[in-house]
Amino acid sequence: MAQEYETVIGLEVHVELATKTKIFCGCSTAFGKRPNSHTCPVCTGMPGSLPVLNKKVLEYAVAVGLAANCDITRYCKFDRKNYFYPDNPQNYQISQLYLPICRNGYVEIETEEGSKKVGIHEIHMEEDAGKLIHDEWEDCTLVDYNRSGVPLIEIVSEPDMRSAREVIAYLEKLRLIIQYLGASDCKLQEGSMRADVNLSVRKAGEKEYGTRTEMKNLNSFRAISRAIEGERERQIDLIESGEKVIQETRRWDDARETSYAMRSKEDAQDYRYFPDPDLVPVSISEEFLERIRANQPEFRTEKMKRYKEEYDIPDYDIEIITGAKHMADLFEQAVALGGQPKKVSNWLMVETLRLLKEREMDPEDIRFSPENLVKLIALTESKQINSSVAKEVFEVMFEENVDPEKYVDEKGLRTVNDEGALRKVVEEVIAANPQSVEDYRNGKEKAIGFLVGQTMKAMKGKADPASVNRLLKELL
Amino acid sequence: MEKKELLSLSATALGKAIRTGETSAVEAMEAVLGQIRETESVYHCYVTIDEEAALKKAGQIQKKIQSGELTGPLAGVPVAIKDNLCTEGVRTTCSSKILENFVPTFSAEAVKNLEKAGAVMIGKTNMDEFAMGSTTETSYFGVTRNPRNPRHVPGGSSGGSAAAVAAEECFFALGSDTGGSIRQPASYCGVVGMKPTYGTVSRYGLVAYGSSLDQIGPLTKTVEDCAAVLEAIASHDLKDSTSIERKDTDFSAALIKDVKGMRIGIPRDYFGEGLDSEVKDAVLRAAELFRENGALVEEFDLSLVEYAIPTYYTIAAAEASSNLERFDGIKYGYRAPEAEGLHQMYKKTRSQGFGAEVKRRIMLGSFVLSSGYYDAYYLKALRVKAMIRKAFDDAFAKYDCILGPVAPTTAPGLGESLSDPMKMYLGDIYTISVNLAGLPAVSVPCGTDQNGLPIGLQLIGDCFQEKKLIQAAYTFEQIGKESR
Amino acid sequence: MANIIDDETIEYVGILAKLELTDEEKEAAKKSMGEMLDYIDKLNELDTTGVEPMSHVFQVQNVFREDVVTNGDESEKTLQNAPGVKDNMFVVPRTFD
Repeated sequence: MAQEYETVIGLEVHVELATKTKIFCGCSTAFGKRPNSHTCPVCTGMPGSLPVLNKKVLEYAVAVGLAANCDITRYCKFDRKNYFYPDNPQNYQISQLYLPICRNGYVEIETEEGSKKVGIHEIHMEEDAGKLIHDEWEDCTLVDYNRSGVPLIEIVSEPDMRSAREVIAYLEKLRLIIQYLGASDCKLQEGSMRADVNLSVRKAGEKEYGTRTEMKNLNSFRAISRAIEGERERQIDLIESGEKVIQETRRWDDARETSYAMRSKEDAQDYRYFPDPDLVPVSISEEFLERIRANQPEFRTEKMKRYKEEYDIPDYDIEIITGAKHMADLFEQAVALGGQPKKVSNWLMVETLRLLKEREMDPEDIRFSPENLVKLIALTESKQINSSVAKEVFEVMFEENVDPEKYVDEKGLRTVNDEGALRKVVEEVIAANPQSVEDYRNGKEKAIGFLVGQTMKAMKGKADPASVNRLLKELL
Repeated sequence: MEKKELLSLSATALGKAIRTGETSAVEAMEAVLGQIRETESVYHCYVTIDEEAALKKAGQIQKKIQSGELTGPLAGVPVAIKDNLCTEGVRTTCSSKILENFVPTFSAEAVKNLEKAGAVMIGKTNMDEFAMGSTTETSYFGVTRNPRNPRHVPGGSSGGSAAAVAAEECFFALGSDTGGSIRQPASYCGVVGMKPTYGTVSRYGLVAYGSSLDQIGPLTKTVEDCAAVLEAIASHDLKDSTSIERKDTDFSAALIKDVKGMRIGIPRDYFGEGLDSEVKDAVLRAAELFRENGALVEEFDLSLVEYAIPTYYTIAAAEASSNLERFDGIKYGYRAPEAEGLHQMYKKTRSQGFGAEVKRRIMLGSFVLSSGYYDAYYLKALRVKAMIRKAFDDAFAKYDCILGPVAPTTAPGLGESLSDPMKMYLGDIYTISVNLAGLPAVSVPCGTDQNGLPIGLQLIGDCFQEKKLIQAAYTFEQIGKESR
Repeated sequence: MANIIDDETIEYVGILAKLELTDEEKEAAKKSMGEMLDYIDKLNELDTTGVEPMSHVFQVQNVFREDVVTNGDESEKTLQNAPGVKDNMFVVPRTFD
């Protein structure tokens, strides 16, 4: 039955911009250790304080808009959105309703049926709210305004998506564009990228949209997928049982895999938007636009094309590496430092991806430097360490960004290239394992593997396995 | 210097006397504090006075004057500040219960500019709560009385500032003007009051009422003082996005006694129904004086005058409803005790913390912005505002300034206005359109009625034409002095 | 009075503005708001077709700050006037369900 229904999804994506200061005051946007340590009269709504727009916010918003094929509003304004809540110190949020900075854009996503355009209705600039913390002891709420006034852009899509897969593809595309621009690190878990899902269902073939709900509190792609599935089912159940879907805002509880309505008679949802008299209009000149256009980075598609031409690495590697801005930067920097593209790519594709997956990290969280990666490759290539030592060193480097040369020296991990010393150990191993020696001599080729292992063990791993093999064969 | 003589000095005259050593900043402060002790119990101009701090500061300033560090016209002169201007470390209440114990952590830019000029703050003056009112009777801290006749109101909302100047409880004061709140009390108390062009004085640190209309300005004894104070407080402030960079802020240069050839327009619409005949006669006599001294005075139709009040109350109430949302009992100010839950806390705090007039305007403002009414009320008002501005543009194509009354009557008796808010709102008819159009305007005394209550003359200039106003007002003042 | 403000409207505006009026205040508010709206309706006498709403009187545009940190730790000042403080944060009645 459910197959008869089509899911219609639009997204409201909030992205915290990577500016040094807040949108309307000179407070730092860095994560503050102490609550309220990054606050001032402006971002705490003190009487008499006034906002002044951070120019960088405008530049980022326009850059994202251009990358998402939007029309840039040449004369835009800020409006006040009025609602009472403790995370909002003025009890109005400065946002844009009537003349948002960008409109009518799209991004292209890959789906099973080929590429598809997801429309962008608008992008607007606004300020983030403070953080509320529940105090169990005194059964009250505590407010920290360090995040209050951190700049956000809200990207509102058209209701163009039809499945969780498309939603994820759209979010990944947005994330990539924004990361490439350096406008944000776009981390869902940390809240620097947040997606609210507007979803409705309708019988297949119907022209009219159904009643939609808005789902909030989605902190991972997994939560988004589950919430979409859950909400689709909930709405279909309602319709099938003859009830109506109510237009409302719902909060997703990922632990319970369910959502609940965020309604209260005290929330009238009547925001009384009006132009903020404290801020003046923004007029965007052709020069300004040109400057932003000229500074747009090389995006993924262009980068993939260039990698193909410049480096001899597989298409699959190119796809993965360019799939995260930080990964692509690492790759290019390592290559520029003399790392052989194929080797650099291998380390990223195999060991890096493995560790990222194991530790549930984003590529943006990679801490090791391209310099250290290049050093590690050089140590391996010159056979100063063998491949299992290299992997061991890499893990430490991945964790702590250690200098592999120093680390190898400190731990004494360099391969022993002293032929005499190695020969001596091999002789000892042969003497200690007569059975294996005999097996080998009787044609059991596998037995030599055991002897190599024993030798490596005796050498504490610091031998070149190829040399051990050669010596064994010679001496047997 | 003898105390009575000292107190009668204008701010600039006192500044000069301090610089020449005839008196000192400390002596002036002592004199003014003495005067306050004598008359404040009757007039109640102030909400907060810190005598000790004022005297200490006067002493510090005196040293700087003697060392030659401070040489400006206002150095050492005691000043009163309206209580909606933030003063670091000094309680700032907006005459509201909700801010009864609020101590700002920074000073308003205008206050800082005065500090730089060496003026010494005496204290904070009473006002209508959050500047909403025309009589200073909506103050949580009680009414201020008109020093010219204590049975009458001083006007408002900067009533405490105007009364303090009139009562010689300060040498000059700062006020704020959203719809006439400097000019009308100046008129009622017989002092000079100016509302500068929007953007001339930074609004940073002014607790907002109607942000697009609010402007800080001087209340003074003389036009010369008015020019000097405006010169000191005007600045281009990067913290206020609506602050304007001006090169022509040497306002004292316009203190020239000459109106020959000045084109003065008198709007017929300002002299119709509702205007008290004594006020009308006094204002028309003033116009005649301008004519006698060479000005080209003629009547004209300004148009749209009757639409200014509904336009103003829509815009001001809408902005106020949003500006006053921040008073919620969380970050500062009053919080209602024993409230059950967040929303009850909000409601009880605000209902107990705000007075009736403030609540009335917040309700109106919230309504005109609410879903379904925004276009019909708020946008409509913004359109009419554009038309009013256009009417002034047309007028200033023909005239250097517009002359008219400040208010339809002289100061009403205490308690007469509050019973009928609509009537009170109608009293703002001549002042309000100036704020809507962002224009400068000055109120200068031009006589008294039969009860001895002062009458004010209003001169309105085109944007950035404060100098023309100062020249006209100064000429008028000097001629009046000579004829007396 | 052309504008009749009913109880429901007063109640609704009270929710928006977070004001709780006594019955007496409600009656007064209904009356004064009705009167004010009647008066404001006077604006409908004017034909404003084609007139752009004017929110700012001057054509001042593009006032920006540079993206440079100018403020240090001001939490002490931020919290100085708060009715309730705990762990360097503002205390409010619980907001979580």
